[in-house]
Amino acid sequence: MKKIRLLGGRYKMKGITKLFTSLITALMFMSSVQAEGTLINGAGATFPYPIYSKWFDEYHKLFPEYKFNYQSIGSGGGIRQITAGTVDFGASDGPMTDAQLESAPGFLFHIPTVLGAVVVVYNLEGVSEKLKIPQKVLADIFLGKITTWNHPEIQKANPGVELPSSNIVVVHRSDGSGTTYIFVDFLSKVSSAWATKVGKGTSVAWPVGLGGKGNEGVAGLVKQTPNSIGYVELIYAKQNNISYGLVENKTGNYVDATLEGVSAAAKTKMPSDFRVSITNSPNPESYPISGFTWLLVYQKQKDSVKGKALIEFLYWMLKDGQRYAPDLGYAPLPQEVNQMVEKTVAQIKIK
Amino acid sequence: MNRFKNKSVGDILFKNTTLFFSLLILFLTFAIGWELFSNSTLSLKKFGPGFLWGQAWDPVMEEFGALPFIYGTLVSSLVALLIAVPLGLGIAIFLSELAPPKVANITSFLIELLAAIPSVVYGLIGIFVLVPWMRKAGATYGVGMITAGVILAIMILPFISTISREIFKTVPQSLKESALSLGATRWEVLWLVTIPFSKSGIFGSIFLALGRALGETMAVTMVIGNRPEIKLSLLEPGYTMAAVIANEFTEATSDLYVHTLIEIGLVLFGITILINGIARLLIYKVAEAH
Repeated sequence: MKKIRLLGGRYKMKGITKLFTSLITALMFMSSVQAEGTLINGAGATFPYPIYSKWFDEYHKLFPEYKFNYQSIGSGGGIRQITAGTVDFGASDGPMTDAQLESAPGFLFHIPTVLGAVVVVYNLEGVSEKLKIPQKVLADIFLGKITTWNHPEIQKANPGVELPSSNIVVVHRSDGSGTTYIFVDFLSKVSSAWATKVGKGTSVAWPVGLGGKGNEGVAGLVKQTPNSIGYVELIYAKQNNISYGLVENKTGNYVDATLEGVSAAAKTKMPSDFRVSITNSPNPESYPISGFTWLLVYQKQKDSVKGKALIEFLYWMLKDGQRYAPDLGYAPLPQEVNQMVEKTVAQIKIK
Repeated sequence: MNRFKNKSVGDILFKNTTLFFSLLILFLTFAIGWELFSNSTLSLKKFGPGFLWGQAWDPVMEEFGALPFIYGTLVSSLVALLIAVPLGLGIAIFLSELAPPKVANITSFLIELLAAIPSVVYGLIGIFVLVPWMRKAGATYGVGMITAGVILAIMILPFISTISREIFKTVPQSLKESALSLGATRWEVLWLVTIPFSKSGIFGSIFLALGRALGETMAVTMVIGNRPEIKLSLLEPGYTMAAVIANEFTEATSDLYVHTLIEIGLVLFGITILINGIARLLIYKVAEAH
């Protein structure tokens, strides 16, 4: 009895040893595969995540030796990690402040990649026309000054539209976000009350409203809550089939959030470091709540292999990568900006 | 002799290994507390104890106070307990004392299944089913403190009912039978024998459930409305500590902001320890009085 048990035990041991050795072999095999290619790590903004993952995927197909690993942990995290040097590139929806740039160990370039639009979505039963939203009205709704849909100022901008007398339910992002940054940056520019009372940032102290987590959270709340208004990235409004309004731009035109409107917003005086806000652009065709999203790359690359790979990728992104943008709801960089960015990429040095 | 010696070496080894494991828990708790403390020094210095009763939450001006979040966490958990305790205990009593074994087994399996559902799924159910109901029932927006309480109640229900049921099962049959033989009704057996016998265990299950409710993040943030204000009405939106950390941590760019969010974590940690301490004390007292 005892002997048999022992034997059984031995067999078991053998089984376990076998499993163990095969596991180790598998692990070794995996690491050797990884060692063959170059892994470039990046982290940051969530706003451009769909286009970035598309790019890295396509690029990997073209050049299997390079693998990009991108963690969409948020712009704040991206800035922290590139400053700490734990990633090879960062990504952010809001430009870094001067103080943040100074605290970085080297000179950081802001490389614009694509443009995005933030749209004003609403849920109004019986209103089929696209609402026209004046700048002041938008700020006043989010400030809690305009509380009903049939407020004279909304009605004035939308003659002929039958607006309900119900209260407006404001919905905003509860999590910190680049989308919020672009939206409140716009509100700060068009309303001095907003600029002094609330200000701009990736999270702000909202005077009114409910918080939804993520673009999908805001889209979900607006879709479900009658008489609500909120803001999301363009692609989320399209995917969820939520109506969004025409927003008044600086010249007084009501513009739809088309890719042309967004690109038009970028045709503005561009500073050489690209740290520019293009909300409320003076271009008459521009959609006013648009923004760049940036990759953060050190001018002096420490790792020659990774640095070279990164530069090659950036050239590809500017030349071939841009055509993937429209399908995912982003606007490609305008020609002039694209050329400027190319010159900046040429300045990146490999040690 | 040799064998004996070997055995005692094994015993000592085993004892010390398990002792080490237990000390590891102690170490972990202290390490978590220390990490939370040392990473929130900036906000501790700037806001002092006033952080606990401050009501401002403005990331732009960097003015922070934790009271709305503390309030939201405690109230939503309390609402959850008010719903889940009677319900959970009722289920446990039915399953252990009244239900035929077949029904009891199937039902308890289903209840345990509730505990295995990921919290984000609860959140989705909350958004798509519960929120519209609540709006029809009269909640201003549908999302709000009461909605969060109801979702939490469903989530903590299995903790209360499953543990209580197991505890009811440990009541010696002989005790119940002797009560019955003295002419007690089922109701009297329940109230005079089963429940008094299991009191400390029931409290234990409730506090375990409370711990879960206090720390729940995802499902709550999806239905509570995320508004850092103290409103007395349960129909209004609120915010909890765990939810604000999860929401704002990724995009917190300034050091003070990050430290503030970690301090919120520290406060939550403190509150959890405090509540668990009270729970221990209570169970102790109940057991003593018995």
